[in-house]
Amino acid sequence: MSDHGNLTNPVPAALADRRRKSSSIFDAFRPGRKGVLLPALDVPAADPEALFGALHRAEVEGEVEASEVDAIRHFTRLSQKNMSIDANLYPLGSCTMKYNPRINEELARLPGFADVHPYTPEHLSQGALELLARLEEALVALTGFARVTLQPSAGANGELTACLMIRAAHVKAGAPRKYVLVPDSAHGTNPASAHFAGYAVQELASNPRGTLDLGELEKKMTDEVAAVMITVPNTLGVFEENILEVTKIVHAKGGYVYLDGANFNAFVGKVRPADLGADAMHMNLHKTFSTPHGGGGPGSGPVGVAPALVPFLPVPTVEGADDGWRLEFDRPDSIGRMRTFYGNYGVLVRALTYILSYGNEIAEVAETSVLNANYLRKKLAPFYHLKYDAPSYHEVVFDDKLQAAKGVHNIDVAKRLMDYGFHPPTMSFPLIVPGALMIEPTESEPVEELDAFADAMIAIAKEAEESPELVTSAPHVTPVGRIDEALLAREASKPGSFAPVLRAPVRRS
Amino acid sequence: MRYIPNSPAEQAALLREVGVAAVDDLFATVPREVFRKDPPPLAPPMSEIELRRALGAMAVKNAAATCFASFLGAGLYGHHSPAFVSQLLLRGEFLTSYTPYQPEVSQGTLTAIWEFQSHIALLTGLDVANASMYEGATAFVEAVLMAERLTKKRTKVVVSRTIHPEYLATLKTYLAYLGLEVAEVAAGADGVTSAAALAAAVDETTFAVAVQSPNVFGLVEDWTVASEAAHAHGALAIGVVNEAFSLALLTPPGAAGIDIACGEAASFGVPASFGGPLIGFLSCRDAFKRQIPGRLAGRLETPDGPVFALTLSTREQHIRREKATSNICSNQGLIALMATMTLTALGKHGLRETALQCLSKSEYLKTGVKALDNGKFAVAFPGATFNEFALRCGPPVAEVLAALEKAQILGGVPFARLAPGAGEHEDLLLVATTERVRREDLDRYLDVLKGF
Repeated sequence: MSDHGNLTNPVPAALADRRRKSSSIFDAFRPGRKGVLLPALDVPAADPEALFGALHRAEVEGEVEASEVDAIRHFTRLSQKNMSIDANLYPLGSCTMKYNPRINEELARLPGFADVHPYTPEHLSQGALELLARLEEALVALTGFARVTLQPSAGANGELTACLMIRAAHVKAGAPRKYVLVPDSAHGTNPASAHFAGYAVQELASNPRGTLDLGELEKKMTDEVAAVMITVPNTLGVFEENILEVTKIVHAKGGYVYLDGANFNAFVGKVRPADLGADAMHMNLHKTFSTPHGGGGPGSGPVGVAPALVPFLPVPTVEGADDGWRLEFDRPDSIGRMRTFYGNYGVLVRALTYILSYGNEIAEVAETSVLNANYLRKKLAPFYHLKYDAPSYHEVVFDDKLQAAKGVHNIDVAKRLMDYGFHPPTMSFPLIVPGALMIEPTESEPVEELDAFADAMIAIAKEAEESPELVTSAPHVTPVGRIDEALLAREASKPGSFAPVLRAPVRRS
Repeated sequence: MRYIPNSPAEQAALLREVGVAAVDDLFATVPREVFRKDPPPLAPPMSEIELRRALGAMAVKNAAATCFASFLGAGLYGHHSPAFVSQLLLRGEFLTSYTPYQPEVSQGTLTAIWEFQSHIALLTGLDVANASMYEGATAFVEAVLMAERLTKKRTKVVVSRTIHPEYLATLKTYLAYLGLEVAEVAAGADGVTSAAALAAAVDETTFAVAVQSPNVFGLVEDWTVASEAAHAHGALAIGVVNEAFSLALLTPPGAAGIDIACGEAASFGVPASFGGPLIGFLSCRDAFKRQIPGRLAGRLETPDGPVFALTLSTREQHIRREKATSNICSNQGLIALMATMTLTALGKHGLRETALQCLSKSEYLKTGVKALDNGKFAVAFPGATFNEFALRCGPPVAEVLAALEKAQILGGVPFARLAPGAGEHEDLLLVATTERVRREDLDRYLDVLKGF
């Protein structure tokens, strides 16, 4: 329970309770209400019972009954229980929680984009196709790759798309090979994506600097290895200094280099990934190119590829001809479709808008994000342990080693940060840093916010020394106190734990 | 720069604090030979005025469904989205938050995810739904992979060819290298999956049997055809849904023996947006929840009321890595919220009323086609449909569409467009109706057909 709820409260307990406990619309049962008014039916009413016979369903039992006002109140109140970039510095490492420009939202909502069906005839959707071509062109300019597919729905989907293309290329060359090498510092989606492309994953142990160990790579890079998946800068925020050596070693054995572009924000406009020797890279448009994270998506994960992988791109591609833009399906070596239609189009509109807004000055994004991260590193280094002290790019990974002596762990620091009005850093990885606090401020934070965040982190470090229980019992002023996720997992494992509504059992045949 | 708040003087102060003379000193570990010497070949930065002009110029070249009477469907249907939904969705607390790994500061998002899951479970008649998949086709793939994990050491999935061709194409892409076989069962002459043919294709190596309803021709299928064929051999039954409004009027998959339901829920107020972002869903029986892909929000009752958090996450990539149930990480959070808001406003009554309007308008158009006496058009299949049917055209489909376009009508989706190069059903036009079309649009449509 939060201290917030324990404050002496002049409101009678029962009334305060009602407000606090009405947290799901399914709990507010108001028979007969509805929130949508349709025009009067202007054709004869069909009789579904007669048409469908035994397959007719009379009602969706248990569904909500709410008015428009009920809905507005409910969702507005829900929104007030969230932290967000708009209100809070949100230094979630590897997620690039930068400001989401509102012009992007406005333009993606133009009826000429938002209300266009994907099967609109090509001659009536030339602008929609042109936008795809323009975005591909811009991403080619920024990456140096031969082509970019815009179809993948998110970063992990881009990884899988690339792994499938790499596999198709090896198959075409004779044999698919068996393994994909993934550094131990990699994000969890890398090994998972390689697995779903049918590869066995071998881990590459990092060197004491936290970067790729050339000896380890040379030992494991055999002609059974299809690809190496590398993150640049890696998940420690450290640029792989030997990247050109790495790509040379992989190519010498006939393997492909896959770059995880989650951290493209650190070098966009400064370095073209293709020049590093990468054969493929996905870009998270919701990170580097500012499209909103939306509480967990939609993302978009376009993949750029070197010429060798172009034949294997998903279909359709967008091609320009004298008589306009068209979708091309006739690509015999293509891996096929990764989804319906052409990608998370609305996200693509936003990303192009963002790229055009920076244009040829986009390197300032990378420069400022790296500067801001280094500023925080400088301020926090006296108070938090830094396992790997190689130069930081867009993020810095501290850990809780100093605080753990007092029984304060990264999760506690994270929860206490909420009390100070900041979203916690990333903690679930990299796995090579136990107790990680992965901090990525991005370029869109002003200096006073960076200072306030640093001050909060420093204050928490002091609290951990002087009154650790204050930190380990945090958060204290959030809408709800610390949630027992282990208890929830046990409850969720029991049969029937996801029953939507306690009052209305779903009928079973 | 535009979205960088610090002034040049503040930037210079930060550089001094960090202890470097120039910002490029921070990039010292990048090999010099790859360090870009010139700016990228892009135009100079654009202001909002220029952006509106540039993107606006592209937007006006497209036929928005607001300017045409649209009969386009084939997997994505243009339903009404309540005005408040797009307004509330712009709240920064929803728009600019991220994955709710920290539940104490994400109760808004988590509650909404739980509600989305609840709507999907109720609509599909199953016990547990996940927080969303990318879109319908990838939801279908994940359902197939899930079924494979649940039935050890089986290698074949039997799919009806009345499933949307793009879903089948996507399935083949994902399964290409996993050592699994996709056995396709052709539709009967009536356009519906043949129970006998489906049952004949299932054997002891089969881990799943999948059908779609309404199917790609808009025809209502009986889920029990799949569930009986599957269960007879210890396989699981997968039900695919493109048009989620159909669930308001038709027996839900879970009530007809389907084990895993999946598909597209964009019908609930999600704009077509040239095909994305959409909102895939996946739901299943309680016994299978440990194999669900992606995120799952759970509800915990406490003395202070219910609280919500992501749960059973040991299935997921950030913990299990290559042993995870899926590689999915970001899903469609904001779009799930959009569908949840729309479903809240629709509720039990709005769902049925809207579905009845869709059905009635489609029936009106079908009746009109049957009454045409020029002998050039026919409703292709006799079976029951919900809001879409296949129109068999005597004249080339392209000519029919061109004539309709002149009457400000987007007349439907040529079946051939769903599977380019396959050369199948080239005389079929898929015609979908929603509550957004009016009787006068339907009459105009019929008038154009009469003109042939």
